[in-house]
This record gives sequence, C-alpha cells and structure tokens, in this order.
Amino acid sequence: MRVPLSWLREYVDLPAVTAHEVADRLTAAGLKLESITSYGHDVKNVVVGEVLEIEELTGFKKPIRHCKVETGEATPREIVCGATNFVAGDRVPVVLPGGVLPGGFEVGARKTYGRMSEGMICSERELGLSEEHAGIMVLPADTPVGADVVELLGLRDDVIELEITPDIGYALSIRGVAREAAIAFGVPFRDPADVELPEAEGTAWPASIGDPSACDRFVLREITGFDPAAPSPLWMRTRLARAGMRPVSLAVDVTNYVMLELGQPLHAFDRAKLTGEIVVRRARPGERLETLDHVVRDLDADDILITDQSGPLSMAGTMGGLDSEISESTTDIVIEAAHFSATGISRESRRHKLVSEASKRFERGVDRELPLPASWRAVQLLAELGGGTPGRGVTHAEAEAEPPRIAIPAGYPGTVAGVPYTKETVVRRLEQIGCVVTDGDDPAVRKGAVDPTGVVTGGELAAKLAVTGPDMITVTPPSWRPDLTDPNDLAEEVIRLEGYEHLPSVLPKAPAGAGLTEEQRLRRRVGRALAAAGYVEVLAYPFIGEADLDHLQLPADDARRRAARLVNPLADDEPLLRTTLLPGLLKTLARNVGRGFTDVALFESGAVYRPREDAPAVAPTPGVDRRPAEEELAAIEAALPEQPRRVAVVLAGEFDRSGWWGRGRQECWADAVQAARLVAAEAGIELSVVADQHEPWHPGRCAALYVGDTLVGHAGELHPRVIEAYGLPPRSSAMELELSRLEAVLPGPVDAPRVSAYPVATQDVALIVPDFTPEADVAAALRDGAGELLESIRLFDVYTGEQVGEGHKSLAYTLRFRAPDRTLTVEETTAARDAAVAMAADRVGAQLRGA
Amino acid sequence: MSDYDPVEVTPLHADEVSRMEAEALDAIASAGSLDDLKQARLAHAGDRSPIALANREIGALPPAARAEAGKRVGAARKAIGQALAARQAELEAERDARVLVEEAVDVTLPWDRQPRGARHPLTTMQERIADTFVAMGYEVAEGPELEGEWFNFDALNIAQDHPARSEHDTFFVGSADSGMVLRTQTSPVQIRALLQRPLPVYVISPGKVFRTDELDATHTPVFHQVEGLAIDEGLTMAHLKGTLDRFAEIMFGEGITTRFRPNYFPFTEPSAEMDLKCFVCRGASAVPGNPPCRTCKSEGWIEWGGCGMVNPRVLVSCGVDPARYSGFAFGMGIERTLMFRHNAEDMRDMVEGDVRFTLPFGREI
Repeated sequence: MRVPLSWLREYVDLPAVTAHEVADRLTAAGLKLESITSYGHDVKNVVVGEVLEIEELTGFKKPIRHCKVETGEATPREIVCGATNFVAGDRVPVVLPGGVLPGGFEVGARKTYGRMSEGMICSERELGLSEEHAGIMVLPADTPVGADVVELLGLRDDVIELEITPDIGYALSIRGVAREAAIAFGVPFRDPADVELPEAEGTAWPASIGDPSACDRFVLREITGFDPAAPSPLWMRTRLARAGMRPVSLAVDVTNYVMLELGQPLHAFDRAKLTGEIVVRRARPGERLETLDHVVRDLDADDILITDQSGPLSMAGTMGGLDSEISESTTDIVIEAAHFSATGISRESRRHKLVSEASKRFERGVDRELPLPASWRAVQLLAELGGGTPGRGVTHAEAEAEPPRIAIPAGYPGTVAGVPYTKETVVRRLEQIGCVVTDGDDPAVRKGAVDPTGVVTGGELAAKLAVTGPDMITVTPPSWRPDLTDPNDLAEEVIRLEGYEHLPSVLPKAPAGAGLTEEQRLRRRVGRALAAAGYVEVLAYPFIGEADLDHLQLPADDARRRAARLVNPLADDEPLLRTTLLPGLLKTLARNVGRGFTDVALFESGAVYRPREDAPAVAPTPGVDRRPAEEELAAIEAALPEQPRRVAVVLAGEFDRSGWWGRGRQECWADAVQAARLVAAEAGIELSVVADQHEPWHPGRCAALYVGDTLVGHAGELHPRVIEAYGLPPRSSAMELELSRLEAVLPGPVDAPRVSAYPVATQDVALIVPDFTPEADVAAALRDGAGELLESIRLFDVYTGEQVGEGHKSLAYTLRFRAPDRTLTVEETTAARDAAVAMAADRVGAQLRGA
Repeated sequence: MSDYDPVEVTPLHADEVSRMEAEALDAIASAGSLDDLKQARLAHAGDRSPIALANREIGALPPAARAEAGKRVGAARKAIGQALAARQAELEAERDARVLVEEAVDVTLPWDRQPRGARHPLTTMQERIADTFVAMGYEVAEGPELEGEWFNFDALNIAQDHPARSEHDTFFVGSADSGMVLRTQTSPVQIRALLQRPLPVYVISPGKVFRTDELDATHTPVFHQVEGLAIDEGLTMAHLKGTLDRFAEIMFGEGITTRFRPNYFPFTEPSAEMDLKCFVCRGASAVPGNPPCRTCKSEGWIEWGGCGMVNPRVLVSCGVDPARYSGFAFGMGIERTLMFRHNAEDMRDMVEGDVRFTLPFGREI
C-alpha cells in the first residue's frame, strides 16, 4: 500500500514530523515500512510562463520550436522545445536556468538547434507528477504567470509504501492507515466514510442477492448525463500515480480513488448495457464471461457473479465483464459497491489466477458498512468532476449478518503479554481501534462464533477458545475489523498499541531435556568423520528428472524409478523428487571439476523420497476444531512417501595428493567402500561387504553393504556409462548408504574389553586360493577357525603370479594370538593357526602356500 | 713389638700420585673426540691404569700410612672421574649439535597429502542453534519434508482459502489436491511435536523447507529454517522475548538483544517480527552523524525472523486445552543467519556445492 503523506494528512492531524517518523510509528503498530519515495523536494526554479511567440524551426529530423516565454522576469526567456501541443498564449511550467527537476536534473542555458535555450518547458512526467509525456503540460489560462509551480501543483510529497499483512485488509486504504497513524501519534482522526447520507428517494437500478453466502450487501447508485470526455483533474491523477495506479479515465479514476481512500472496491457499469434486474449469484453450468482482459472464461459453479437478465456481467470483486464496461461514450453510469464473501473471492481469484486491487481487498476483508457511503462519495465525485446528475435513489440489498462479539477477562491481554495492563488501558485501546466494549459476560457470545475468514465455524470451537475469569468484558469489533474473532486477537491489539518494545524479557525455566537422540548424535558423528576423512559436504536440491534415472542406467523396474512428482516443478525437466542422493552429488562433482578442482571428494546426508507401493493418492485433511482421530492421522502418514535418511559420497581424482614427496594416489572403488565402513564404524557397526552388480556401479567393482542380513547400501567405482553421462573424470567412485537402516540397529553401549598383559604370539600364513574367492570370506574363515585366542588378523600381501599358478592368488596374513590369563606356548599358537588354516581350506579351498 | 719395617711404595708417593693425576687430566683435556676420551678413560681410569694400580698398593702399607695414602689416591681418582664426566658431556654436546645440524630439514615444506574436508555451514549453523536450545532444556524435534497439507497448513490455522496460504508459493506433490506438499516451513513439526509428545513441550526443529522461488542471489527454492516451540502452563510473550534475547546473546555476543514489531502469522496470535540489534555497529550507525554500517544498512537492526504466542486454534487442532496451556513459537532462516553472521553475499554459493565456499567453515561454525 502506497500512501501519499498529503492524502494521509487530510484525515489525521499529524504533527510536523518527517515521513520517516510517520513510517516508524506505523511500523511499530504493525504496518511495516517498505520504502519512502520523496517527490519534488529537489525541484526548484520552476515557474508558470506564458508562451508569447512560437517560431517553427526547420531542417531538423523532428519538429523543433523556438519560443519566447514571459516568466515574470525583466525580459522574456527564449526556450527551444520539441513538443507541439501548445499555442501562443498558453500557460506552461518553465524551469529557469539554474533550476532543478526531479532526480536532481539541473537545467541551464545552452545553445541547441542553433538557438539559445534559457531553460525548458516541462511535461507532467518531467515534473514528477505522472507518467504523461506525450506533450508539455498546459496549465489553466488563469494561472498566474511567474507563480512557483512547486507550490501551485503540490509537487512536493512523500509516499510511504507499507507492507500490509493479510489479516488487516482495512489498512489497504488511506482511511485505515490514517486511523492507525492517529492512534500512534495520539491525535484526532476524521473518518472519510463518516458522511451524512441524504435520505434516498426510491431505488436505482433494480438488484437482489441470490446467494447470501456469496454476498451480504449490494448497493447500486446511478449518475446520468455524465460527460465521458471530462478529464481527471491533475490532483487526482497525481495521487493515483503516486499511490501506484495508472490514471485511465475520469470514471475509472474516481472508482480507484474512492477505493484507495476508503478501501471499498467499486465497479462502474454502463447503464445502457444492462438488461433487467441485477442478481448476485453463483455461476450456472456452462456459463462463460469475457472479462476486461479479453479472456473468455469458463465459470465454475463456485464463482460469484453479478448477472442481469442477459447473463453474467462481471466476476464479483475480481474483474468486470467486457460487455457491460463503461466506454468513451458512456453517459449513464451505475456504480456498484458490495460486500462479498472473503473466501468466495479468494477462491475465485485463485481459480482464475486473477489478482486485482479489488480481489486483494475483498479476500482480506472489506468493511461491511462501506458500500453506502463509498458509492455516495463516488457518485458525488463523478458529478462534481464530470458533470451529470446523481440519481436520488439507491438500491440496497442485504442479508442479515450478526456482528461477532468476544468476551474476555479484562486482565487477559496482560496474561498473554506477561505484564499487567489496567482495565482502563485495555478498554481504551480496544475503543481506539473502534471496538464497542461493555462490562460483563454476554452469555450469547460463546454460542456460535462467526468466523468471517471461513476457517471454522461452530460453537464448539468458540467454546474451546473461550477465556473466562474475573471482570469479564464483552467486545464488539468494528465492522472494518473482521479479523478480530478470538480472545487472542484482542490481546494482540492491546499489546501492540501499548508497544511491543515495552514487553519485559523473562527467560522461562524449561524442564530438563534429554539432549540429542542417539540418531541425531550419529548423524553429526558421520558428518564430522567424513569431513575429517577429506570429504566436503554439499546440500544439493532434491529435484531430479527422468534423465537422471536414465543416466544412472537404472533398469525399467528399478524401485528408484518410482518417484514422487511435483505438480509445479521449477524446471520442467526436473519434476521428480530424488529417490537416491547420487544425481545431486554427481552434478556437484562435475561442477567442481569443471571449475578446475579435479581432486574432489564430496558427501551429502539427507532424505530421499520413496513412495510406498499402493499408497493412497490423497492425504486427508481432517477438521481443525479438534485433535484428529488416530485413524485420520494414520491415513495421512500412509499417503506420504517413506523418507529415509541416506548418506552418500562421490569422489574423483587424487585422494592422496601428489607432491614433492612423490606421486599421490588416485581415488578408487576401495575408498568408496572404506567411506561406508567409516560411516558404519561411527554407528559402532561392522559392515559385511559382498560383491554385487547394482546400477549405477561398475558391475565388476560394486560392493553391497550389509549389516547382518540387512542390505544398507552400495559402494564402488561408477559404471563407465554413468561417468560419461555426467561428464565425470574416469574411474570416479561413489557410495550410498541408508543411515536410517543403521539407526535401526544401533548396538548400544560398547562392552569394555579386558586387556591382557600377557605376551603376544605372532604367526604368519600365506594361503593360495582361486582368484575369484572374496578375501572377506578367507579372512572370516581364518577368524572363525582360529578360535578365542586370536587377537587380530591383518592381510599384509596379495600376490598373483607364476609362483602361485594361473587363476590363483596368494593372501598373506599376520595372526596375533594372546591369552587373557597366561603366556601361550608355541604348541598352543601353532594349533590355533593350524585350525584357522584348516577352516580356510574347508570353506574356500585355501591351500597353505609352501605346504 | 713388631719388627715390621714399612716398605716404601713408590707409587703412593705424593708427587707420584700428583703426576699420575696430572697426566690423566692432561689426556682427558686433550681428548678431541668421544673415541679419544674412551681411550683416555681406559688409560687413566681403567682397571690397569696407574692410579688403579696404585690404589691396590694401599693395602700393603702399614696401617698408619694407609689413611693418608688412601686419601691422596681417592682425591686423585675423584678428580679424574669428574674430569672424564665433564669432558664426556662436552664432547656429547658437541656431537649432538653437529649431528642435529646435519639432519636439519626445511620444515616449511607443505605436507597436504590428505587435505581435510568440511561440513556445510548451513548444517553446522543448524547444529549450533539446536545446541543453544538443547542447553536451555529443549529437545530437537523432526518431521518429514514431504508433508501432509493438514500439518503444513490446516492445523497451523492457515485455511484453504486464506490469502496467507497462497502467499506460500507451495510445491504440490502428486496432484494439486493430493493433500501433500513439500513443506513450506518448519512449523508442521510443531504440530507433530504437540501430537506426539507429553506436555509441557519445549522443542527446536531445524530443517529443510521449500518454496517455488527461482534461485538468485537472495532466493533459493530449497532453504533451511529453525523453529522453536514452547508449550507450558503460564507462558507469556515476555517469556518469548526473554528466550530470544538469550538466544541472540549466545549467537552474537553480550548486549545483542531483539526487538519485536507487530506482524501476522496465522499460527501465532499475537505475532511479531523479530529484529536483532546489529552486532557490528551495535545500533550506532542508525544515529545520524555516525559512520554507516554495511551489515544493517545503517538501520541499527537486522530482520531475523518471526515469532508469537501460539494461536489457541493451533492448540485445539492438536488436542491441547488452550484454557490450561499457552506457549510461544519462533522461527528464522538459516541462510539469512549465515549471510549476516558470516558476511556471505550470494545465496547461490550456499547451494552450488563449490568446495571453495564450504572448506573454510571447517567442521563447526
């Protein structure tokens, strides 16, 4: 809402303060300052001149005039001008040499088009009055020559732009802002809607309300003999422009002006285009309307329409129809001022994606008492500025509406604030905003709360929200505050007007909490461990496309292809929600490589979205006047996808860097597997690693990661086609692991080991196995076979070559044995080693090398 | 009476002992290396050295002479021993100094063989904020990112046709009326906390949220918020102010407080916009004549988040009796907090995952 300060001052006696001071007070009251635009403060030396002579200069690409202009100085000025819309004798604004136009544009005397030009004749736009720039501004003939144009035209003004929250529709008007400003400065407020309406004589064009749920007040007034050619006066066009509305024509400008001033949207019909009684009703099947924007709209049965006997005339509170619109030849006008259902207009506006100044106000709530005075004011202005005769009759259709009343203890606002307010303060503040406050609890109040926002109606909710206590007062909010429905609404009014800045600061004593959960701790540990191991965390967007699933080489029946889809994605080619973390990570990896960072290790920890098979398509939305039943809540959960947390890494280039110490080491599949082990270790879990074939990994270099029998993830080198699709360096690797599955099997506290002080006995064994035998199986067999005396086992060499024969490999291990209670004998350790080798021979056909 | 005639033993003559001592000390002093010294030790202090041999002769002396000779030889041996130890220490020190010089390396050489990684500052910022509240007794509550509309809107008193709902620029999932959205705020976690936890409830919930904004320097469709909720008996707006003032001090330093301005949120009533006193100029730049401040644009305050008293309608939709319980909620943007606390200028740096942006933040913020 843009508020010219001069307009505001018409209705509130503001002290001599700057626009900033006004804006600060309004901000403190909840009408937040967005910006202040100053007009005309820098303008100087602009005076009224009379054009004495005009000489048309020739030989230029456009018409150029050399004028002699009387400006009340010793001699007339010579000025060159490119406009042609004025004649000798016209009075025009002239900026003299040394003068300044808006924006600090200085004007001097200079030679142009071969003549001296001592200043400039100005257009409205050059003076900062409007966007009008077709020609220069011609002033009325009786304007005194030499007069200061700044004063004369009211060039100077400040416009405060305020951000109006959706609850306070009344503040989308000069009237509403003036009321707040008056309270903020403690000065009188003159209500522009508080006008003496003359006794109506008969009715205007006939009208009735067909659907009281759509409209509860509908007013029509008429004016006849209006001059459609009458221009809007400059002051009105200036104010409209500064308030952010484009001046159009007198009739349109008047309806906009009244809307800005009072907050009541108005609509003007061409009386000659109406047929029979006007009825406000919902649309009927198949009805269509061509609106002002030349769009033919199919109407919905829920749309609120203004209709006559010929059919729909306009979409209520949203946009007028083309056929009944006033035109350049309209002389008889019917002005409509109505009070429509806020939710009805909100729905209509969203359904048709039509947001207008009118719909913005209606959906935020318009004063139900405005249609009569606002339509009166509009008709008066039209008659005054455009001639014509206001009709003496008024059509006034209305449906009964009970104003809501709210009862609270007088101390309630203080209870909410945490600082006591006297009853006098509470009553005074509520009365300031227009409430009627009476002593005592009106027993009728809590039965059947009216909720104009349409959130929930019904006495039961009102009863739940009711506040009781000593010294009850009953409050009837004013008609322009439909947002005041609950006890807390009243508390807010009192507290904000008393000043949020006066609230005390008291730290509450929360009960002792349990700290982070094990899962939350684990997530942090995992992040820290990966960062310590060299990985950099990224937070990629979860949006992916079909192309990503193809790039990952996922088969048609892969579960990861079952993805939730956005109705309104930002990018049409990324409408899906990720079922794996890898696409985001791979794109980020490629981005870093592209920016010259070829050695990169990245990780992400976050949710993936996995729609359940056979999930219901709709999550229900139960009522909000109670806690939903457990089945209702379960039905919502059933529709939502599973959203497990995963952690993934991708890496390319050198993992150990090259340097003066020598060659580094390229990352490889093993780093990816190790990252998974690292993550699992943070959870206190040892992973079992099994060879697997799973997209997007290289089929020969892919590890499945298990905890017991539960698959928790995969790791290894990426498939060459994936690497190509994402433009990654060759042999890039990746790991993805479902953290939620680890969280489910956290082992709990570590059982402290008993540390033996007896000496260690070490035995090395080298085993020959077929080269397809997984090392993990060999180690497991040795471990199992060695028995309890085995302290640790470590693979120290893998050898293939002539000495072990074709198709075989040699695995060399160091086995360390130790007993908790004695020094082991050579016989004991040898026996344990032999048992280990025997188990390996048994399980995987291992042969002791050299045996 | 004994006719024993004491034998004159030459080696024990005083001048003979002095000579042996002098020779020994001379040899020790002239030993130029540890090896020389070892030789000198053998020659002058070893078992077969003159002084050791002389010492053996003492027993042969008549008792009356033994004491004097013993004293004389003992003193000489002690002097030799001390000289040996001193020279040994000297020579070892010389050797050490020499060797360590020879082994010197260039310690300025780099050794970044395995560079460290880093966590994303938005993650660690969320953790830092959570930790602050955990220390006050709060617990960290969580909820799904793909959320039911009932949780994201209805239960938060954002009615289907209320303008506030359309201001949210919501991503809809499945179909426009599926009842499922990407959550537009962390506030649905409030609802889940109230439905699941026993009262009183004090929770903090950081997390990812989504709005259909195109990415630019100051907007991103995926961003992060942190939400706080306290529901207890007797909580007031003064408690809300106290909590946020404390939070601001912990995050930004002593004396950095908050300011409330009236605002509107459907799920709180009364509602407030919360400003943070500028932690750079501490409000001074707002006074005319003082130097300008980039952080707060010389306003003295920085817009930080929204807050208010939980709307009793929200309590009703969670089955909490508003006649008994009241409470407050607050929320702020993590990106925004990062921007002004760490002077980050462009939102795109936070989402693109360029390692140059993230690495300097390390593992905690």
